[in-house]
Amino acid sequence: MSQTVTMPPSSQTEYEVLLRPRKGWQPIDLIDLWNYRELLIILALRDIKVRYKQTVLGAAWAIIQPFVQMIVFTMLAGMGNIDTQGIPAPVFYFCGSIIWMLFATALTNSSNSLVGSQNLITKIYFPRLVIPISAVITSLLDFAIALAMFFVIVLVYRQPLHWQMLSLPIFVALAFFAALAVGLWLSAMNVEFRDVRYIIPFMVQIWLFITPVIYPAASVIKPWKRIMLACNPMTGVVEGFRWCMLGTPWPGRLLVVSMASITVLLIGGLFYFRRMEKTFADLV
Amino acid sequence: MSDIAIKVEGLSKQYRIGKRAPYKTLRESLTGLATAPLRHLGLLTHPESAEGETSFWALKDVSFEIKKGEAVGIIGRNGAGKSTLLKILSRITEPTEGQIRIKGRVGSLLEVGTGFHPELTGRENVYLNGAILGMARGEIAKKFDEMVAFSEVEKFLDTPVKHYSSGMYMRLAFAVAAHLEPEILVVDEVLAVGDAQFQKKCLGKMGDVAKQGRTVLFVSHNMTAVQTLCQNAIMLAKGQVCNQGPVAPVIRSYMADMAPRDRDVNWAKPDDAPGTSALRIKRISITPEEAGDGNHGLLTMQSPVRVDTEFWSREPKAKLHITYHLLNDQGITVLTSGSPSAKRENGTYCATFTLPGNLLNSGGYFLKLLIVEDESRVVFQRDAIASFEVIEATAREKAYMGRELGVVQPPLVWNIWPANVSGQVRERNSQP
Repeated sequence: MSQTVTMPPSSQTEYEVLLRPRKGWQPIDLIDLWNYRELLIILALRDIKVRYKQTVLGAAWAIIQPFVQMIVFTMLAGMGNIDTQGIPAPVFYFCGSIIWMLFATALTNSSNSLVGSQNLITKIYFPRLVIPISAVITSLLDFAIALAMFFVIVLVYRQPLHWQMLSLPIFVALAFFAALAVGLWLSAMNVEFRDVRYIIPFMVQIWLFITPVIYPAASVIKPWKRIMLACNPMTGVVEGFRWCMLGTPWPGRLLVVSMASITVLLIGGLFYFRRMEKTFADLV
Repeated sequence: MSDIAIKVEGLSKQYRIGKRAPYKTLRESLTGLATAPLRHLGLLTHPESAEGETSFWALKDVSFEIKKGEAVGIIGRNGAGKSTLLKILSRITEPTEGQIRIKGRVGSLLEVGTGFHPELTGRENVYLNGAILGMARGEIAKKFDEMVAFSEVEKFLDTPVKHYSSGMYMRLAFAVAAHLEPEILVVDEVLAVGDAQFQKKCLGKMGDVAKQGRTVLFVSHNMTAVQTLCQNAIMLAKGQVCNQGPVAPVIRSYMADMAPRDRDVNWAKPDDAPGTSALRIKRISITPEEAGDGNHGLLTMQSPVRVDTEFWSREPKAKLHITYHLLNDQGITVLTSGSPSAKRENGTYCATFTLPGNLLNSGGYFLKLLIVEDESRVVFQRDAIASFEVIEATAREKAYMGRELGVVQPPLVWNIWPANVSGQVRERNSQP
């Protein structure tokens, strides 16, 4: 619904809205989204608070998952003789696993977020974008816990700390937007096509193998394979994250291509989401 | 439109109904996509039209205006489009055609406790629900104590709401909703929940909101509540506005529409009519005594109820009389009344009696007919031969809007005076 004037919900000034059918493609109303920032934060906090309620191990789950993945990958690497760029294999794998886990959890959560918020969508107005974004924010908690564990592992293996570590927020933000970009598409599709719910788990599984998590991107040599690899938005992010945390070689052009594909997916996702948004309450 | 809060113009909303599931599967959509170019060339017909999908207009060309500070009731049968209208006004769904211009912040209560999470404590849920309803954090903090006092769950504020009783849950949820202070308040039938005590509190709070000069849109099936809270009403039927204006006449036309049709029953030929070979009923009609008082023939709690019976007498030797039992809709016999017993010449007779006004409670009533011979033998009986509905159609001064308990509800006069005064000065307080 288009608005002629938008004011913050708490403003006392004259506020006028015009509700009428929208036609065609519309850009996302970022001002409206900003007005609902409090709701965004409170929904993310709600999900964080209830995330580990009634579990015995609680937040330990955030560590257990990448830890088990690390062990499995290390064993696989031992058999397959994979080059870990001079980094001890467990450190190399744990590093890749946590940034991958951030992406995978955020993607899964946000894709299922709209369908899981049926009760809100059919009863109250707010920019629907709040829901997938808050789902992605929630996943940052697990990442933060796993990151603390990562530093413990770094210390145990006596790995040096680097100045690049200061660029950590950039790579977290990239993973965040990559997950959101895909999440926007999938969450909006999920409202109409419940098939999406079944596609997500195995899509994430396959995606892991086409992303340089278990192997360094440098081990992929054929040019056409490298182009394919770079188009995967997570390639640059994972490679960049390892550069940042472990001092592996700078990914360079891989990162640029991945960032471009994140941008395209994100902008497309925002438009698609906006287009589908008006039917959410009727279809969900 | 300086003093107009809501202006609705030509509003329509279409929903798809049909054999299909409400959501598509990917396969359907992919086949749709694959055949799209062919359809464009006219080589294939649209598969959806082949499946007999139909559309349905929940609202069709609805227009009205609501002034600032006006409290408007929206009434109509189930499926008349009331909830769809509220959903569009609340921006939850989009109209298919037409537009609405709204001046002022809209707060909508289509449900109480939206977004409540069972694992969170009462306190956390208050903040969560407040934010979902559009309150700023500071605003919630400022009103927090007031909300908690209203909800009466102070002791359990730090308990997860999954351990609350349903009553406590509702009270807390409503407490948050009741403190929402938008310029325009849109309320669906949220007040129809909870016990009488709780409803009383909620309606009292609603009344306060309306008195504060806010614009209120109120959907309810409780006509007493609508009549008391609103000055104007809009009646919807089949997605269209069929009546609007001051609340009392709109409600009367709605009630007339809803009232059962068997207040007037008649039989054309004696052979199919109920009764015995000696006496058969021709017609029974139930009407308010004072017709033409603008009540459109509605039976209100105040109106005397006149019951006319016409019958054929076909056996002059039999000594017969008619008796009616009046039952309410819980099956309780309210009273019994019989005509004088007599032998009558062949012919058609009229018998009539009037139930006094200000006697029956609101609700549905049935007449049971008995034909008695020699003042002792029941020779014929028929349950629910006619029925009628007594409605409460006046605003109340008290906060409680529900139906009072009791089979009868005559207005009784109360006298109250201080016990130590000898009775010289009495405070007279009549309480209809």
